[in-house]
Amino acid sequence: MTNLPGVENIIEITYLIATALFILSLKWLSSPATARRGVFAGELGMLLAIAGTLLHRGIVEYKWIVIALMLGTIIGVPLGKVAMTAVPQRTALSHAFGALCVTLVGTAEFYLRAPDVPRFMMGVLSLEVILGSLTFTGSLMAAGKLQEVLPQRPITYKGQNIINLGLLGVAIVVAGMLVAHPEKTQLFPLIVGIPLLFGVMMIIPIGGADMPTVISLLNSYAGLSAAAMGFVLDSKLLIIAGALDGASGFILSVNMSKAMNRSFSNVLFGAFGQEQAAAATKQEARPVRSATPEEAAAILAAANKVVIVPGYGMAVAQAQHKVRELYDALTKRGVDVKFGIHPVAGRMPGHMNVLLAEADIPYDKLLDMDEINGEFPQTDVALVIGANDVTNPAARTDASSPIYGMPILDVDKARTVMVIKRTMGAGFAGIENPLYYLDKTLMLFGDAKSFVGSIVRELGGGHE
Amino acid sequence: MKLDLLTSLYVFMLAAFIGFEVIRRVSPLLHTPLMSLTNALDAIAVVGAILLAGEYHAHGAMLAKILGTIAIVAATSNIVGGFLITDRMLRMFKASGPKKP
Repeated sequence: MTNLPGVENIIEITYLIATALFILSLKWLSSPATARRGVFAGELGMLLAIAGTLLHRGIVEYKWIVIALMLGTIIGVPLGKVAMTAVPQRTALSHAFGALCVTLVGTAEFYLRAPDVPRFMMGVLSLEVILGSLTFTGSLMAAGKLQEVLPQRPITYKGQNIINLGLLGVAIVVAGMLVAHPEKTQLFPLIVGIPLLFGVMMIIPIGGADMPTVISLLNSYAGLSAAAMGFVLDSKLLIIAGALDGASGFILSVNMSKAMNRSFSNVLFGAFGQEQAAAATKQEARPVRSATPEEAAAILAAANKVVIVPGYGMAVAQAQHKVRELYDALTKRGVDVKFGIHPVAGRMPGHMNVLLAEADIPYDKLLDMDEINGEFPQTDVALVIGANDVTNPAARTDASSPIYGMPILDVDKARTVMVIKRTMGAGFAGIENPLYYLDKTLMLFGDAKSFVGSIVRELGGGHE
Repeated sequence: MKLDLLTSLYVFMLAAFIGFEVIRRVSPLLHTPLMSLTNALDAIAVVGAILLAGEYHAHGAMLAKILGTIAIVAATSNIVGGFLITDRMLRMFKASGPKKP
């Protein structure tokens, strides 16, 4: 540190301002009205911090930095322009990139400093590299599953958890040995390699419906590894940004696991998707009532209050724009239309809200579970589009159900329930949904997009 | 050194508390943009990568340069992509104003 005091201070001040802007950025994100200002604050903070860093006297060569910054921008722009339906896999991919950066810097720092790395430094460095590398491969796997280049079904085998935890355990033991003897540099590749393998193994048993929790968790890991990197580099700015990201991911993970009625430790140790095998046994044919688009349209048109419950099936069918036409057609007739959104609907936290907002549905009509549940008893029609388990009343009543205790949207309390569904097949978890057999339930069999389109045509709306 | 470390731990703890309090208030409506924004902010790790790639190292200079450069690319793509998509998403959230169709 032979910098001139002046430059040094300027750099530190840019970091200080950047930190404040980062916190403001998240604070402004709390409401849709101020959220865009939040993005601007974040951008400004980032720009200041990078500009400040480039002033460092210690930097002797700019060529590669500039090339890398340009290359990153070239890769980043298309990643910022993906379709809204692809946002979950984009998010997973960006967790992978963040983790890659942290792991590479951690690795280089180790080899630059070895053999005399202080104990605590070695400890946080290990944490940085372990979290970073498992987040890297874990997120790549998650992105692959979401993009459907990898099989979406969870793959489980006997002793999976023991093998996984064993792997992680070995990595931690090796890290411990390195803390004791940092000069044993030949051990270092192990605390990169084993977590890389662990990241892959961790995601293998995960199915699509568990993705919201997993993405949140990986988000948290990415943040924590960045904070650890902050300790290694003694950068308060990085510690704070990492802590904010870690906290955010942690809160989202807790929300998601609550919404699926899983304990947080269950989530933390990657024991996702374990409980499904028990279900899918009693598959007797019970009578259901079905309806045509004309009948559905007539009932909807006569209603005063309609709540639409979207799920991942709506995203798969790309039905959100048709749903918007339905919303318009009903609103024009004076029907009060709202949307009830379960926290784990879709493939990441808030996924449904983004898709519906993209379809131009006003955000004050998008209500989360706690806000909407009190309204179902006064609702004439609850229209379920591509959601299944999150509406299953067995979660409330049937103690033997695998999803018993999971908070659900109480659509069965509405006067009439309509469910748009392709077939009677069970949902992701293979759990039978008694909702479909209620007297008040009408099954609307068909593709969500074309079925909603037909209803809209019957209502005399639509742009066809 | 020891004092620095303790200060860093205090900073981490306080930032975590601020994070919890601020992020608890973010409406579930905006959880997807929240994740993409925190991801972009997290890419401030680029600062460490820039120093790694640019500073003089007596030994291991090649390693530092290669890893540092890749790390800058990864982080920058998160910064650019993250802010872009967050803003795109937020622009879509509109209240039902008077000009309702």
